[in-house]
Order: sequence, then structure tokens, then C-alpha cells
Amino acid sequence: MNKKYGISSGILLLALLFAGMLIGCSSGGSKAAKDETATVIPKDNTAVYEDIKQAEKIFNALPSPLESAMLIKSAGAKFDNALLNPVGNVSKYVTNKSMALNLGIYTCDLSFASMYEQTQLIIDCMSSAKKMADGLGILKAIEQSKIDELEENINNSEKIMEIVSETFMNSNSYLADNGQPAIAAMVLVGGWIEGLYISTQLVDMKDFNGNKLVGRIIDQKLSIDILFNLLNSSKGNPAVDELLVQIQQLKVVFDKIKITTSAIRPEVDKNTNTTILKSEVKTDMTPEVFKELSTVVEEIRSSFIK
Amino acid sequence: MRINRIIPILALFIVAATVNVDAQCKAFAKKVCLPELGPYVHDGNYHAAVLVEGEEAELYKTFYSDMEYRVAICGEDKLPNVEFKVLDANKNVLYSNKDANFAKTWDFKLQSSQQLKLIVKVSSFNAPGDTPASGCVSIMFGFKMKK
Repeated sequence: MNKKYGISSGILLLALLFAGMLIGCSSGGSKAAKDETATVIPKDNTAVYEDIKQAEKIFNALPSPLESAMLIKSAGAKFDNALLNPVGNVSKYVTNKSMALNLGIYTCDLSFASMYEQTQLIIDCMSSAKKMADGLGILKAIEQSKIDELEENINNSEKIMEIVSETFMNSNSYLADNGQPAIAAMVLVGGWIEGLYISTQLVDMKDFNGNKLVGRIIDQKLSIDILFNLLNSSKGNPAVDELLVQIQQLKVVFDKIKITTSAIRPEVDKNTNTTILKSEVKTDMTPEVFKELSTVVEEIRSSFIK
Repeated sequence: MRINRIIPILALFIVAATVNVDAQCKAFAKKVCLPELGPYVHDGNYHAAVLVEGEEAELYKTFYSDMEYRVAICGEDKLPNVEFKVLDANKNVLYSNKDANFAKTWDFKLQSSQQLKLIVKVSSFNAPGDTPASGCVSIMFGFKMKK
């Protein structure tokens, strides 16, 4: 009798757990603690509805590698092959941390090469990113057929962008859907640092004042707290804790940059049905602070690719 | 002996089913939300979750000056309308799709780079006694390519 009761309880417990997981599953974002306990919703329960209303899923969205590369190109920067992580480095990366960071780095390099139509580099970077994704067990993120498709469309920039975007989404959705937020965060951090590294290296100090690329680098200050929140949601993971220390060093330098923005005034362009968020901004970064920032970024990036 | 067999099988079923629900969200995002970006290039980031009627999600992101963006926010058909608001750092509402008949997309550009907050909320049918609906909600960003 007791044994039967034990079996039924075990099954009931698993069934409840199953129901809870179906309702409470999340993808790609962190959830407030109170939401994690939400399982079964009884009828006629206003208090439960209120709990649901207060429950929050929070997404901290860093610029994707594709967006980072677009920002560099739109600032008028020149392409420099020497700045990318050599594809010969792939065999060095054997830990989950190094593979995740370098998946982000190679995806950023791939995006950068794609923006500047560097055909052979596009294939090489995609193959390197595939090796990182395969090493992390990200199934079907970058299939050989996609690399073949890339080769077939190597002169079609729109198609290349579509493939780069799709493969990156495959990677981060797999990690989000399979409960690996720390790895997903590390991929994004790798890509973001690579974009910042390439940008800082491309700045010509003789043309510092009014340089559009310098403006883009200053803009990255706006993402530093997003980066912290993203990593903090996986705090306690030793690899993430190491990254938090490095990002703190970066924050110390970003804190020396001043950004003052006026109130935003939304105006709709009725011809294009596009809203223009109008505002004025004042920024202040001295060449000395820039050099300090550039050095810290280079140190962090070197530690990622070594 | 039997319990020793049943529990691992059920556990496998649970894991498989959970992954399947999330995979459905990815499939939904790809099939339904991605086309909403139209001529804008998807940035490659994935933000999707299962939300219950009345539930909210928040997203923080920096948007850059001189870039042209489209945000697409889509909910599965079984959900009521999905509302979304865009707020600045001082919590001023810059856009609400409630004023645009719950439009799924919003096109915008910025004069200066800003960190913005998006609040996405699944409306409520407000029918006490009913089990609240739940389903996938996906948030996607696209930008226009510059030559």
C-alpha cells in the first residue's frame, strides 16, 4: 500500500513539474524569481492574475555581431584583415568559455568581412564559427549546407547577410532554449568586445576630433549596464565571474566619458511612417581616455583569443 | 523496480517536451515574426518567451543614431492582443502600439544614440474563471543596410 502511494506521488510530482515547466519556460531572457515558482493557475483567483502581471521576463540585448559590424562600416571605417582573429587559432579553443567567446568573435569577424565583401574571409570565418558551435554542441546552428550556400552566393551581399543573421540566431536560440544562458551571454560578450576592439584599432588619432567612429565607441557606454545585467543573470558561474571582473575594468574607463542627452521628442514622418526620435547629445572623451579604453579593450580581447 | 523505470522515462519525456515548447517558439519566431521585418536585415538576436495572458516582458537595448530600425513584436494567434511600449531612460513613453491598433511593427530612427526600454504585455481577456491563455511572444529587430 505504502509502495503504491509512493509510486503515485512520484508520478504526480513529475506531472506537476512537467506542467510547471510548460507554463514557466523561458527563452533568451532572465526571469524574476517570483515567476519561477508559477506552475498551475487556479480559476477565479485574482491574486494569481496580479502575480502574473508583476512577473517579469527581462531581456538584456547587446548589439549583435552583425549590428556591431554595421556600425563600424557606417562610420566610414576601412577594412583591415590584420585585426581579425586568425582562423588558425581555432584549435586553441577547447573549453566552453573559450569556444563561446570565440563563437561571438568569429561571428563578428564574419559580419565585418561580409560588410566589406571579403569573399574568402567570409568562408573562413564561417568555418571557424562552425567549429566553435560544433564544439559547444550547438546542433544544426551552422550546417555544412549553409557554408555551401554561402559559397554559391558569395557575390550576393543580401543573401550573405541573411545567412549570417540566420546562423547567429540558430546559435543563440539553441542556447536559450536549452537552458544555457551563461554560454549564450558569453557568445554575445565575445562579439561585442570584438566589435569594440576592431573599432578602437581603426581610429586614426590624427583625425580624432569629430571622428564618427569615435562617436560609435562612445555610444558603447550606453550598453555597459546591459552587459552587466546580462552577465549578472549567470553570476556564480566561474567563467562568467571572471568576465565580470574584466568588464568592471572596462566600466571604470567608460565612467570617465560624459554623455548628456536632451529630452527625446518623437516626430512622425508621415511619408515614410517612420518615427524620428529627436534629441541633442553632448559627449566628452579626451584622447587620453580613448587610449586608456583602447588598451583595456585590447587586453580583454587578447585574453579571449589566446 | 517499476518505479525505477517509470521515473527516468517520465523525466526524459518532460525534458523533451520542454525543449519542444521552446523549439516551437523559435519556429514561431522564424516563420511568423521574421517576415514582419520586411526589407530590414534581422540583427540575428533571438528574444522569445512563453507569456501568459496579463504577463509582461521587458527588453533593454541601445539604439544608434543614423540607423533605421524596425521592431517586430508578434504573439501566437491564441493570445489576445500584444501591447508594446517604448520608453526612454526617464520612463517617458515614446511609442505605444495601442495608439496604432496594436500594430506588430514600428519603424524608427534616432537623432542621437539612446538606451531604450521596451515593455511587452499580453492583454487580458478579462474573463474571470477562464484559464489564462499562454503562448509564444517574439521580439525581433532589423536595421536598414547602408551602402
